[in-house]
Amino acid sequence: MHPLRAIRLQALAGFRRLERVFDFAFGSGQNPLRHLGALGFMLLWLLALSGIYLYVVLDTSAAGAYRSIDQLSHEPWRLGGMLRSLHRYAADGFIVVTLAHLLREGLYGRYSGFRRFSWLTGIPLLLMAYANAVGGFWLNWDQLGQFSAVATAEWLDWLPLFGSPLTRNFLGVDTVSDRLFSLFVFVHIGVPLLLVFGLWFHIQRVARATVFPPRRLAIGTAATLLVLALAAPVASQAPANLSVAPTEFAYDWLLLFVHPLTDSTSPAFVWFALAGALLALFALPFLPQPAPAPVAVVDADNCNGCRRCFDDCPYAAVTMVPHPTRGVRQLAQVDADLCASCGICVGACPSSSPFRSGAELVTGIDMPSAPIGMLRRKLVSGMVSLGNQPNKIAVFGCDHGADVRQLAGPDVAVFSLMCTAQLPPSFVEYALRDGAAGVLVSACAEGSCEYRLGQRWTAERLLGTREPRLRASVPSERLALAWAGAGDEAAVRRTLQSLRQRLNAAAAPTSAKPTPAHG
Amino acid sequence: MADISKSGPLAWIGQALLYGLFALLIGVFSSWPPYRHLPPDQALIKLSFSHQGKPVSDCRNATPEELAKLPPNMRAPRVCPRERSPIAVEFDLDGIAALRHVAMPSGLSRDGASTLYHRMQVAAGTHRLVVRLKDDVRSSGFDFVREATVTLKPAQILVIDFDPGKGGITLQ
Repeated sequence: MHPLRAIRLQALAGFRRLERVFDFAFGSGQNPLRHLGALGFMLLWLLALSGIYLYVVLDTSAAGAYRSIDQLSHEPWRLGGMLRSLHRYAADGFIVVTLAHLLREGLYGRYSGFRRFSWLTGIPLLLMAYANAVGGFWLNWDQLGQFSAVATAEWLDWLPLFGSPLTRNFLGVDTVSDRLFSLFVFVHIGVPLLLVFGLWFHIQRVARATVFPPRRLAIGTAATLLVLALAAPVASQAPANLSVAPTEFAYDWLLLFVHPLTDSTSPAFVWFALAGALLALFALPFLPQPAPAPVAVVDADNCNGCRRCFDDCPYAAVTMVPHPTRGVRQLAQVDADLCASCGICVGACPSSSPFRSGAELVTGIDMPSAPIGMLRRKLVSGMVSLGNQPNKIAVFGCDHGADVRQLAGPDVAVFSLMCTAQLPPSFVEYALRDGAAGVLVSACAEGSCEYRLGQRWTAERLLGTREPRLRASVPSERLALAWAGAGDEAAVRRTLQSLRQRLNAAAAPTSAKPTPAHG
Repeated sequence: MADISKSGPLAWIGQALLYGLFALLIGVFSSWPPYRHLPPDQALIKLSFSHQGKPVSDCRNATPEELAKLPPNMRAPRVCPRERSPIAVEFDLDGIAALRHVAMPSGLSRDGASTLYHRMQVAAGTHRLVVRLKDDVRSSGFDFVREATVTLKPAQILVIDFDPGKGGITLQ
């Protein structure tokens, strides 16, 4: 294994432990670590709303800006001061969750293949976020804003781009004109608009992108920032005075770390460090990666154009086109660049039913590396291999979730899929008809699906709220569901044991013969 | 059903702790520790100018041969060079050479302004300054010289600029 990959996997194991700590407190579906991108979106809206208020009250002149912002802290009920503090803390929070989002996706290796586009379009957003955050300090023209503006100008002047040094704009009181200040405001409004535009690119290849966290998490995060804003309101420092250098001041290290770094090294060092970091991030997707699995393939003869694969694909890789031979019907078409090879479309296809006649099961859309016909053959042979065990159990799991292979035993046949949502619900019924007394379906915990929507679609299909549904006639006591991510095999084992006990108890008073799922 | 949800008191305490940690991370590092940019007994001198040097040579009359090569509407009798002189600047602080710099004119034809920005941290107190500036390659010696004794308070910023309209080298 490549040393870098080994380091990444080791760090990922540590991060997963942290995620489990958060799972314990929040539940997997509300775990903030699983909603970092959505939290970033929410904080951006908080910034926009509080920013609109600040813009309304801001005097956009060099002489009046400080006074207009400082007054907010003296308003009755301190509502303005609270919104100002919320604006600052939301900015800090936005940077924290954005960096954590970058770290998490990097550790999970989500930067190559079909995810390359999202990775590459996400990196510039971080630069925009920092540029905007730094510029925001200048609008409150206090000593911190003065220091940041001058330090930024000195840093930018290292590049041979400007005819006249930008720093000359801050040489004296007269040089900071209202016009220059209007430019600050323009940049602080313009860059966020660019950021939103960039975010649209960032999530463009993600179907049903989550742009708002679950309500409980959203309320908890917003309330935390509000409490912080009330408990530790942000205050202005002394007004800017370009004839006096700021010496020591309260400092926002999360947003302005670049200035002390430049002071303690040099502008050149920081430029090279930034360029190196950006180069490394941009290069990651182009480093040698394990060969991707073959993408989904459509069989025109077995595709009836029902659009379920189109609806369920988490990465919008399936589009519908006119069927070449069936008149008004449609045909699914897979974009190989977007396909994640997750198999979720196979589980959605009504032609994937194992009850279809024919020696070989051929479906409308299938994974060449693990065709659905092969799963049916494996299921049949797996049940046969368990012999005359009284309560045979078929376990279906996910290659990316809890490792179900460990559960194989004398009464258990295990089938690990690319994603549990690759499993058509009719396979549950088929397994019961084929000799299984019970079926255990193991999928990742909510919010932790490798392919985003696999866990959700699995749950909805098996609970009968999404097509293709598991038929209601399937005895619910013979089906068990486990939601467990990688490393949480113990949870699946417990569910299996519970199912086994249930089956044994049901079989004890009558006979060992399983009740047919339906007539 | 799909959520590994915890709803016991321990989970609520855990949530409160983790939200608190988030608030603590943001609340603390958005204002602490304070940053000291300049030691308390220091001042700053910023030497900066943006100035176009004199042309590198005098204008001359075009020769008849040169004029003949030009279209009739472009036959100006005088030819003046576009290129500007680089600007040499020297700054002595308390008799010690603190800066020696030649700022080249900007632009592909070297016909733009020469610029300089240089920040120096000095001890607060009284200092003897000598600034010399040369903006014409045709002249000998420095075209502008300014000597001054200044007393700088802690954290004071002294800006040394060049403004021909105000007599050349300025201190502010």
